Amino acid sequence: MVLTRTFMQLRPIITALRRHKVATLLIVLQVALTLAVASNALLIVATRIVHLSRPTSTDEAHLFVIRNGWKLGQNAAQINANIAADLDTLRHVAGVRDAFSSQGFPLAGYSANIIARLKLEPDQKTHAQLITFYAADEHAIDTLGLTLVSGRNFRPDEIAAIGPSDKMSPPGIIVTRSLADKLFPDGSALGKTVYLPDGPTAIFGIIASLQGPLKNSGAVDGYTALVPARYLDPAGIEYLVRTDSTAMKPVIAATLKALQERSDARIIDQKQDVVTMAQVRKHAYASDHSVAMLMSIVCGLLLLATAGGIVGLSSFWVGQRRRQIGIRRSLGATSGDILRYFHAENFLIVSGGVALGALLAFLANLGLMQLYELPRIPLYAPLLGALVLWLLGQLAVWGPARSAARVPPVVAIRTE
Amino acid sequence: MWRYYVALALRSSARSKALTALVIALLAFGVSACMVSYAVFRATTSDPLPGKSSRLYAVQIDNVGPSYTWHGEPPDMLSYTDAVALWQAHKADRQTLLYPASWQVESDDPTIPAMPMSGDAVTADFFPMFDVPFRFGASWSANEDAQHANVVVISRRLNEKLFGGQNSVGHEIRLDGKAFRVAGVLDDWNPRPRFFDIGELSRDQAFDNVGDIYIPFTRATDMQKNSRYANCPTATGETDTSNWGAYLHGECGRIGAWVGLATPADAERYREYLRNYAKEQQRLGRFAWPPNVRLNSLMDWLAYLNIAPKASSFSMLISGSFLLIVMVNVVGLMLARFMRRAPEIGIRRALGASRADIYQQFLIEGAAIGFTGGLLGLALTLLGLWGIGRLFEPKIARLVHVDAPLVLLTLLLAVIATVVSALYPTWRAAQTRPAWQIKINH
Repeated sequence: MVLTRTFMQLRPIITALRRHKVATLLIVLQVALTLAVASNALLIVATRIVHLSRPTSTDEAHLFVIRNGWKLGQNAAQINANIAADLDTLRHVAGVRDAFSSQGFPLAGYSANIIARLKLEPDQKTHAQLITFYAADEHAIDTLGLTLVSGRNFRPDEIAAIGPSDKMSPPGIIVTRSLADKLFPDGSALGKTVYLPDGPTAIFGIIASLQGPLKNSGAVDGYTALVPARYLDPAGIEYLVRTDSTAMKPVIAATLKALQERSDARIIDQKQDVVTMAQVRKHAYASDHSVAMLMSIVCGLLLLATAGGIVGLSSFWVGQRRRQIGIRRSLGATSGDILRYFHAENFLIVSGGVALGALLAFLANLGLMQLYELPRIPLYAPLLGALVLWLLGQLAVWGPARSAARVPPVVAIRTE
Repeated sequence: MWRYYVALALRSSARSKALTALVIALLAFGVSACMVSYAVFRATTSDPLPGKSSRLYAVQIDNVGPSYTWHGEPPDMLSYTDAVALWQAHKADRQTLLYPASWQVESDDPTIPAMPMSGDAVTADFFPMFDVPFRFGASWSANEDAQHANVVVISRRLNEKLFGGQNSVGHEIRLDGKAFRVAGVLDDWNPRPRFFDIGELSRDQAFDNVGDIYIPFTRATDMQKNSRYANCPTATGETDTSNWGAYLHGECGRIGAWVGLATPADAERYREYLRNYAKEQQRLGRFAWPPNVRLNSLMDWLAYLNIAPKASSFSMLISGSFLLIVMVNVVGLMLARFMRRAPEIGIRRALGASRADIYQQFLIEGAAIGFTGGLLGLALTLLGLWGIGRLFEPKIARLVHVDAPLVLLTLLLAVIATVVSALYPTWRAAQTRPAWQIKINH
């Protein structure tokens, strides 16, 4: 009933809009531009949020990293002994659950010695699989909080000390599920032999997932391996420590104190060289975060501006048409009819804007894809935007329409 | 006359308060969004050496071939072989080789613990080329470059730490255990972006602080100091530095080269020299590909490396679109505002005002509203810049500042945007016929 009454009004609405071509066009244009800009901006927000919420698959809330530099003049054997003693000390600090040493940690960014290529045959001619890896020992899985889905962990006697000029040829490695499936799509990765640049190695175990050290890793995302190794880099080493509770401050202080008491062969800047995984995450995704925030704010302002414009123009129209409204009222139109008239009119105009805006959104998306690494806009994005704009339009016109509905029939015969 | 028009504008604004407030608020938000984005964009794309940057050029030589280049562009960094060949040829007015590295620093003061510090291995020309300011002492000489001398230039910050800010020229410090004589102490120097060695760093370090230590390139090479990053054309992508001699003369790119050339003609000559050099290497069999060299001026180099944070150009684009939408909005609202005053226009026209008078009146009214919007926009811009630290990383937010041009630009943008938006409504207003309006109302 209400719908048919609304439809009956379509013809007079269109006739009325024809007499206000420019004003109608302006709202259509505004809605179209808003839809085009907002849907692309929100697409950017969405891609950034997807990017920055990728899990490292580690127990981030309980993890912190110590970048431990070595003082000069220590040979490989001394460094090796230092690391072993340090780890033993770390694991005995109250509040520490476990610890291990590595040459990198998730989201640390690019550094030397984190990327390797895996081959399936020693003389494979096709492109080898690019992976990122962490030096690890038998405590790594527990420290990071990983899930071993099949196979086994490393044994203490498999952890090799690797000096700066030594080759990396471990007896076996542990890989992520996604890397295992990439190398052996039939699911038979466990126990298979693969080839590192320096020789063959077996797949000892498979972990559910683990993010590599790279922040924007694209092609190697999730293709991560643990290598049983202890790096004797004379520059330094990173200790990853998992705590029992999330209150890490006292534990961090206690570990630093314990390390310093054990030996002063190290250089640790307490401000820069100790970071929690939460800080690492915040730092790594700072720019993604700022883009997402900025775009959201601008989108919010955009919608507000559009709503403001609709309110402004609609109330102007209502003011202009008081006489016509009065005539319609005196000819028997109810105030509900008037209300529906303005809502229907707004729906029509916004629909025009949405149609044009969807087209513009796709065109703008094509342009942005060239300029930035933006994905193709999904079909539902403009649809969702259209829904929001229809709703926004109806809300915005509600006030002016109500004041129109309150115009008394007597206006028709009154001269001002 | 314009005073009368402003008075008229004020009176009409008082009659339609809500509409006026809406226009002003929209303008203020549109303009301030643009200005905040612009302030960030300006800060991240600014010229680190204004007046001089057009005479400084970064050199690229393709030493890895088509299978290892990215879209055919030569690598960002030079191999040691090419870098030293350029330096020895000395075909430019000024030239420097450089790469970033870090050292363990100790002084004679036993109370100061050893600390790892970063900096660059450079040649003597580095300091005058990039206008690096000295607080004490001076750069080492070209002769000392040739002698692989144990000299060091340290930052003011490091001088504070090690020597309490005293003139330390002639004192010794130890880098990685080797004694170096302090030749000079820099004054505050922190160019943004960190243009000179960003090609040898990762792009997200472009706005990091510069290092504290500068030693001769030749000496750093003797120390077997590797660059922070190296780009080696091998299947494994790994670098084996255990055999230093072989590594040094291999094809790993890790060195930046800058040349100072006074005129574009000089630059063209240097480009020709680079092409000939690459051709010679091709003839010798080292390069199996035709010459692929680049000589980019400083600003072109920064643009090529694309160091400005994506967020800043994104937000320029989006806030520009926002202003456009606001303007469409303002056209509609101004149209409503001016049409409502048709009777007034009719009377003014009947009393002898020409169309030009009407144009003038309404454009001045537009400008007045724009100016008010600009003032509010300025307040919002300041508020936005104050809160910029929440949106951008501290190292970017720190660069953003307010100055007179920014303030003027904000007001100007607001006025121009409003006047442009008022053009069509004004034209419509000027079409009002005098007699008709009077007849209809009375």
